[in-house]
Amino acid sequence: MASVFRSEEMSLMQLFLQVEAAYCCVAELGDLGLVQFRDLNANVNSFQRKFVNEVRRCESLERILRFLENEMEDVVKIVKLEKYPETPLPREMIDMETVLEKLEAELLEANQNQQTLKQNFLELVELKHLLKKTQDFFEAETNLPDDFFSEDTSGLLELRTTPSAAAAKLGFTAGVIKRERVIPFERLLWRACRGNIYLRYTEMDTPLEDPVTREEVKKNVFIIFYQGEQLKQKIKKICDGFRATVYPCPESATERREMLDGVNTRIEDLNTVITQTESHRQRLLHEAAANMWAWEIKVKKIKAIYHILNCCNIDVTQQCVIAEIWFPVADAGRIKRALHQGMERSGSTITPILTTIHTRMAPPTFNRTNKFTAGFQNIVDAYGVGNYREMNPAPYTIITFPFLFAVMFGDCGHGAVMLGFALWMVINEESLLAQKSTNEIWNTFFSGRYLILLMGIFSMQSPWEQACLFRY
Amino acid sequence: MTAHSFALPVVLFSAFWGLVGIAAPWFVPKGPNRGVIITMLVTTAVCCYLFWLIAILAQANPLFGPQLKNETIWYVRFLWE
Repeated sequence: MASVFRSEEMSLMQLFLQVEAAYCCVAELGDLGLVQFRDLNANVNSFQRKFVNEVRRCESLERILRFLENEMEDVVKIVKLEKYPETPLPREMIDMETVLEKLEAELLEANQNQQTLKQNFLELVELKHLLKKTQDFFEAETNLPDDFFSEDTSGLLELRTTPSAAAAKLGFTAGVIKRERVIPFERLLWRACRGNIYLRYTEMDTPLEDPVTREEVKKNVFIIFYQGEQLKQKIKKICDGFRATVYPCPESATERREMLDGVNTRIEDLNTVITQTESHRQRLLHEAAANMWAWEIKVKKIKAIYHILNCCNIDVTQQCVIAEIWFPVADAGRIKRALHQGMERSGSTITPILTTIHTRMAPPTFNRTNKFTAGFQNIVDAYGVGNYREMNPAPYTIITFPFLFAVMFGDCGHGAVMLGFALWMVINEESLLAQKSTNEIWNTFFSGRYLILLMGIFSMQSPWEQACLFRY
Repeated sequence: MTAHSFALPVVLFSAFWGLVGIAAPWFVPKGPNRGVIITMLVTTAVCCYLFWLIAILAQANPLFGPQLKNETIWYVRFLWE
């Protein structure tokens, strides 16, 4: 007999299902939540079970969903619907696979394109800054030959007036390097080239965004003047070592201006292309976000069904699936109805067959709870789950636990606070449940709301009996 | 209004908790939770009544009175006579 004072009577039955109907029947039983399947294949390795491929496919779908969720994280908000979606049929899994794999490929491609575009953009911006800064360098460079060529005094006057001629004698390398690396770079150049080079650098005003790490980095523009081919090779190697990007910079001012204009137009074009790719990517994510939550639930359900089917015996000769289930005797009618529904949904005609198994195994302990008694049953079970058909202490715990708490606590004022808090939680139960918070501490408090309510009530009345209203 | 008799509170509280613990269970509507509610009422009545009864009996028959200094006793005697 079903009663709250004892754990319920359970019966063990063997379930014969047709192979086509098996999936739907297990789905219906899962929705009902009243049945425990025994694992008939406990000695079989999990990689050798029958439906391991389907489970693998579900896992790959979950991986794709996780990837999509990561991409959507800061961009789109995933909408959670009120009702859970229905358990999908096996053929829906194939549809989901195609859709999700296509989405994943498109998103990866969009990400890749965006990265290359941003890289190009970065290079162009650096080049633009470089061209601007080298302007200053070349103008200041007219004083340079003074320090450089101390022997060649006669040519100095000519050199001063014709900077282009001086530049023709020297080779130069212009590029961009990260700000942290400038000092060691300078030191190494000085040592390697034995002081025969001239390095100038200034800071770039705007920090740039690195496309790979999406961080902002500060860079400096530098220009190195040298003479001779060997120094050129050395400088090139050192620049490579310090990951400084070297840009070809024309020598004459007019060429530089032309290049600057070209770079500016290219930057504008690239900007438009980048914004377009970004909006395309956002569109993809928005479309996916509408269905994300439903997909996640569906994949979880399919995976769970296949896990259960893995526990059953497959009798291929007779085309049926054999499962052993424990269920409460009081719910036999509901289970038979659910099996019938599953059979209709799958379109098979053979009804599932239930036969009782007589066994000496200890049946599982099942205590039926509602939302009020569930909290107290949890506390009792934490000390140890009772044996089958043993007396259930939970109904008495509902009162004695808060009462003893109140005897020890006995504070009217703080009891009022607890009562207020618990009342707020109980009155706003539905809206708080719908929020589905993942915060563990909040969940602990919320699932114990009736407990806190009773503790508050008893705490308020216990001080009156003890004649001790406010404890400090 | 001071309660001179000891019997009045005893009768009042016994009647109250008797109502809660013995009379009210008969009026609980039939439903799936009838057993739980009746258990709750009876347990509450027993626990709270017992708690109150022990407290009032202990306070009415104290083991010792207030430990006062001699000066205090003389002053109280003077004040009350």
